[in-house]
Amino acid sequence: MQERAQLLLEIADDELILGWRDSEWTGIAPFLEEDVAFSSIAQNEIGHARALYELAARELGTTADELAFDRAPEEYRCARLVELRLPGWEHTIARHFLYEEADAARLEQLKASDDAELAGLAAKIDREEVYHRMHAQMWFDRLENEPRFIAALDELRPLVGIRDGHTPELTELWEEMTMVRRSQPAGTTW
Amino acid sequence: MIYEVFRQERKGQAFQHAGSVEAPDEPFAEWYAREQFGRRGESEALWVVARDAILPIEDFVDELNRNYHRVDGYPLKEKLKEARARAGTAAPRDR
Amino acid sequence: METREREFLEYVQSGGQVETDDWMPDEYRARLRKFIEMHGNSELMGVLPEREWILRAPTLQRKLALTAKVQDEVGHAQLIYRVVEDLGKPREECLDDLISGKSKFHNVFHYPTKTWGDVGVIAWLVDAAAIISQKALLKCSYAPYARIMKKICWEESFHILHGRDVILTLMNGTDDQRELVQEAVTRWWGPLMQFHGNPIPGEEDPMLVWRIKSQGNDEARQQFLDGYVPQIWELGLTVPDPELRKDEETGRWHYTEPDWDELKHVVTGHGPKTEERLDLRRKARENSAWIRRVMLAEAA
Repeated sequence: MQERAQLLLEIADDELILGWRDSEWTGIAPFLEEDVAFSSIAQNEIGHARALYELAARELGTTADELAFDRAPEEYRCARLVELRLPGWEHTIARHFLYEEADAARLEQLKASDDAELAGLAAKIDREEVYHRMHAQMWFDRLENEPRFIAALDELRPLVGIRDGHTPELTELWEEMTMVRRSQPAGTTW
Repeated sequence: MIYEVFRQERKGQAFQHAGSVEAPDEPFAEWYAREQFGRRGESEALWVVARDAILPIEDFVDELNRNYHRVDGYPLKEKLKEARARAGTAAPRDR
Repeated sequence: METREREFLEYVQSGGQVETDDWMPDEYRARLRKFIEMHGNSELMGVLPEREWILRAPTLQRKLALTAKVQDEVGHAQLIYRVVEDLGKPREECLDDLISGKSKFHNVFHYPTKTWGDVGVIAWLVDAAAIISQKALLKCSYAPYARIMKKICWEESFHILHGRDVILTLMNGTDDQRELVQEAVTRWWGPLMQFHGNPIPGEEDPMLVWRIKSQGNDEARQQFLDGYVPQIWELGLTVPDPELRKDEETGRWHYTEPDWDELKHVVTGHGPKTEERLDLRRKARENSAWIRRVMLAEAA
């Protein structure tokens, strides 16, 4: 696979899986206002994934949905950090903070890319990510002295940038994500 | 803390009370208001203000019937009829 | 009835509205708050049957639309509980009562969602039944509630579009997909017919008397049938009621009398999924209590 498609899939898969995980909080976040806010963040992430998949799809002769759903778990290029199911809010926010920090650096690089299409999309995504970073920082400022949050950051920080294979959690997530889709032949419209 | 949210639906229109959000501080109130009252692009603009900062006024005093402030303080119909009659320009229905 | 109460009744019955700090009869305030609280509970509990399918949505577009729909419902709960709070009952107390079973939520949210067909049917038919009730609240005598209903109804209209889109796509798809829809319609029909509640004569319905609602239960159900049975039949779907038909002369729909015992049994906390869902809420709440303490300075 070409280098550009690989890069696109890496970022898209990160955003997709992180967005999927973040969307698990819709309906059960710590309080209602935050529930609504965090759901928007999750939706934005999936929206970013979709835009990136669409770029890759054109190159690879497929569709965004097929890239998002129809690969086997081992073919996803996402980081270990985003795969984890994190049922504690302090872990979710710690991951949010760490991911946004790393992603900001990645987006800066992409915005400077010679590839005009990629640079353009990165700029669009970054304009939304500004708000995500703000949100992560706001929560960090509130929780930075809380032992549970400090512990969560310590636990997750070493995982930033680790892309050396997947956990069983990704397979579990993939199975749930694709169960409806797999119930009918490939190419079925939903 | 409770923050009241006022929204403007289209440019030039008045801001109207849309609801309220509970938030620990202003940055969070801004985030929550933007999401609750703007995520579907339904608002041109929002004003967010701490409920404590709002001064409600509901008592208005008018003991001496200040009708010069109201339309009924200006009874024009009869006077106009009289003035037209004097000038000989009475409207058909006045005759 | 005291004079002041009678004047209030005349005022609301002729279309008058009141604000939070206006004087209200105790009975009005109590019934109003309980009604609005149940609505808030229903939005919050309605999230849970659909949440599971957010994780299983079969395309990116469906995933986004469904997440946005569920997000709206959480947003509605936020708006509604704020109204209840301004009427004197704090949100945390409402959530306590919901979880303990002391307060209620609508029947439809006590049932399982078994397939992607349910996702379509809920957004198409259950939300349609709900929007009929909600439109009858747009002129509520309690103005703060009437105002949020406007936003709620506007957002619900997107949900119905989404539901219709899901259903039509399935109906135009494979035999299995069509079967998903039919099976879901068959299973949801009972709860749908019970949704608007048993018929109460107008003068005996306090919600109508105090102009909290502008429509009785029976009228709401007739409106639902009028709007949606044709939509169901035109797709070649069937409804599991051999008695269902419209009397062309009177314009009224005839149907097998819904099971009012089942309705009562379910809303008093004995639905197939009631305990499981309240349990989920209780655990989520317990786990995040410390967050609320830090963020909202509440004794959660």
